[in-house]
Amino acid sequence: MPWNLDSDRPIFIQIIEKIQMDIISGQYAPGDKLPSVRELAMQASVNPNTMQKALSELERTGLVYAKRTSGRYITEDTTMITNLKTTLAKDIVAQFLDNMQRLGIQEEDVISLISEYIEGDKHDTVRM
Amino acid sequence: MLFPSFLNILKETNMTLLECKNLTKNYGNHTALSDVSFQIDAGHIIGLLGPNGSGKTTLMKLIAGLLGATSGSIYVREEPVGPGSKNIISYLPDHSYLDGNMRVQDIIDFFADFYEDFDSLRAYDMMAKLQINPRQKLKTLSKGTQEKVQLILVMSRHASLYILDEPLAGVDPAARDYILDTILSNYDENASILISTHLISDIENILDEVIFIQDGTLHTHASVDELRERDNKSIDTIFREVFKC
Repeated sequence: MPWNLDSDRPIFIQIIEKIQMDIISGQYAPGDKLPSVRELAMQASVNPNTMQKALSELERTGLVYAKRTSGRYITEDTTMITNLKTTLAKDIVAQFLDNMQRLGIQEEDVISLISEYIEGDKHDTVRM
Repeated sequence: MLFPSFLNILKETNMTLLECKNLTKNYGNHTALSDVSFQIDAGHIIGLLGPNGSGKTTLMKLIAGLLGATSGSIYVREEPVGPGSKNIISYLPDHSYLDGNMRVQDIIDFFADFYEDFDSLRAYDMMAKLQINPRQKLKTLSKGTQEKVQLILVMSRHASLYILDEPLAGVDPAARDYILDTILSNYDENASILISTHLISDIENILDEVIFIQDGTLHTHASVDELRERDNKSIDTIFREVFKC
């Protein structure tokens, strides 16, 4: 099953995002071995060079590290993974607030909207 | 299987596989290619894109050594195009040149006799995956299936440079996916593939670089991700904008 990649953004960036997400969501546990470049390239239906570039970038940030002869591993530094999770969550919030602003909704109203939504969601679950 | 770290060392040498210098080709009064220069490194997949009649097929024939340039030069691994380069280039022309009366298995034998680097096992394996019966005569197969056979033959050589002129045009989308996967899984890290096609959106995710040619001249030669980053657009969209009629 090829990964869901858009053609209008650099592919290597989308690969980085996908692997980051897999790490945060626990698909890959800290210390897990990553498949080889070629295997990952096949999974994603992308060129091995593009996959290589994405993995090198992940290595540069420290999220992934290479052992000389045995391949690449996910970092065992759980603080780093937590920090990444926080950063990505903040990005999503920033994007969301941006959209709300475009709709002309004030920040305090956004908060009440969210509370109402969460409450409503709970009621829905109860009813079900 | 090579280790990734070993691959890095190989890649860092970045050997120039193909170099075209000031290439010009005239057919009588008509200029098909004019002063085209570019280089391709080993281990890359390059899309050769341009409208009809822009010179793609001419350029590919020149590199394959089937046409002579009016002026300029082509080097494959620093040697001029000739018998040596033909040994390491696997070329898929834009039309069939095989005898329709031959059975697929006979054509496989023929290729195995002709090319030292031909891998019959790989060819039979791909034929089986695409449900092509090797006992059938070529002319009894549909047009799309005949195209698949030719592409399989070309990709079953262990070449250094594959030149594929419109390899997917008549092939259904499901088989197209299989063929692209086959290309990705079979090509070795030091081989390069130059591929011309109009089906840009189908192949752009497997490309490293693109070359746009327009009216016989080189318009753009760049990394696909750099182009996407620059324009925030897909290569397909960029192509449509550049070549808008």
